[in-house]
Amino acid sequence: MFMRFFHRMASPPYFYVISGRWLPWLAVICLALILAGLYGGLVEAPADYQQGDSFRIIYIHVPSAWMSLFIYVVMAVAGGIGLIWHIKLAEMVAVSSAPIGASFTFLALVTGSLWGKPMWGTWWVWDGRLTSELILLFLYLGVIALYGAIDDKRRAGRAAAILALVGVVNIPIIHYSVEWWNTLHQGPTVTKFDKPSIHISMLIPLLLMAGGFKLFYLIAVLMRLRSEILERERNSKWVTALVGSEDRRQKTEDRVQESDVDPRRVGP
Amino acid sequence: MDMRDFFAMGGYAFYVWTSYGLAFVVLAFNIVQPLLHKRRVLKRIARQIRRTRRTA
Repeated sequence: MFMRFFHRMASPPYFYVISGRWLPWLAVICLALILAGLYGGLVEAPADYQQGDSFRIIYIHVPSAWMSLFIYVVMAVAGGIGLIWHIKLAEMVAVSSAPIGASFTFLALVTGSLWGKPMWGTWWVWDGRLTSELILLFLYLGVIALYGAIDDKRRAGRAAAILALVGVVNIPIIHYSVEWWNTLHQGPTVTKFDKPSIHISMLIPLLLMAGGFKLFYLIAVLMRLRSEILERERNSKWVTALVGSEDRRQKTEDRVQESDVDPRRVGP
Repeated sequence: MDMRDFFAMGGYAFYVWTSYGLAFVVLAFNIVQPLLHKRRVLKRIARQIRRTRRTA
């Protein structure tokens, strides 16, 4: 039953319809998680005993950094699946993930800088963590540029997938960088085998934000995927049927609106 | 709770609020851009359909 689900999901028209039904629900849950996380992080959580209120940047910085790694792995795995089994949808997942991953990487870097300035006294250091995260941003930008540079979208997708797979080597480097090289960046506080060295009232908003960001990625990637599907399948029957019917409905709506402001009916 | 204290963020207002503001802008961009793109794609496909209907 599981396999059948996957087979059906890999068919673009089925995926398009189902994902359209999911999106509003995902958006509601995502918004609720982020709002709860913001309230917990900005209002409920006490100020840090060392860092004061500046530590609240953690609720943007850490979830963004987690997402930058998570999305990269998703992108590389989806690219690999597309490469090996020629599943169009997997290829599209990889390509659609790149700009979102780049966004989160950018956020992680900039908020890290904004946190580093008051705490370390500097916006930037060329240490292992910061440098490898910057390379991650360049990898994302490389995937986006490579995909955009090749006209044949299937070949472009394959080239981008190979670049994404090669770049995976950077992921463990980022993760272990704070343990391998002793630098300004603090060690892990949550993702270690010990108990997390963060108080529960500070940890819960962090997990809420992380969950919200993960759902946000799911929503953003679904939105991009759906456009990508329409574009690639524009000559197929189901797309012309779908758009054709919407087009006609739009026209009748336009006519209704025009008759609403019919000058004959707008009497004095 | 005092609202002024909340916005002052213990003196770190610039760093904290710039971070949250940027996050908002980046997330909003990731919703708006796909919406605009989808509209463009739908328009292009609709035009293509009208063209083929006329020639058919």
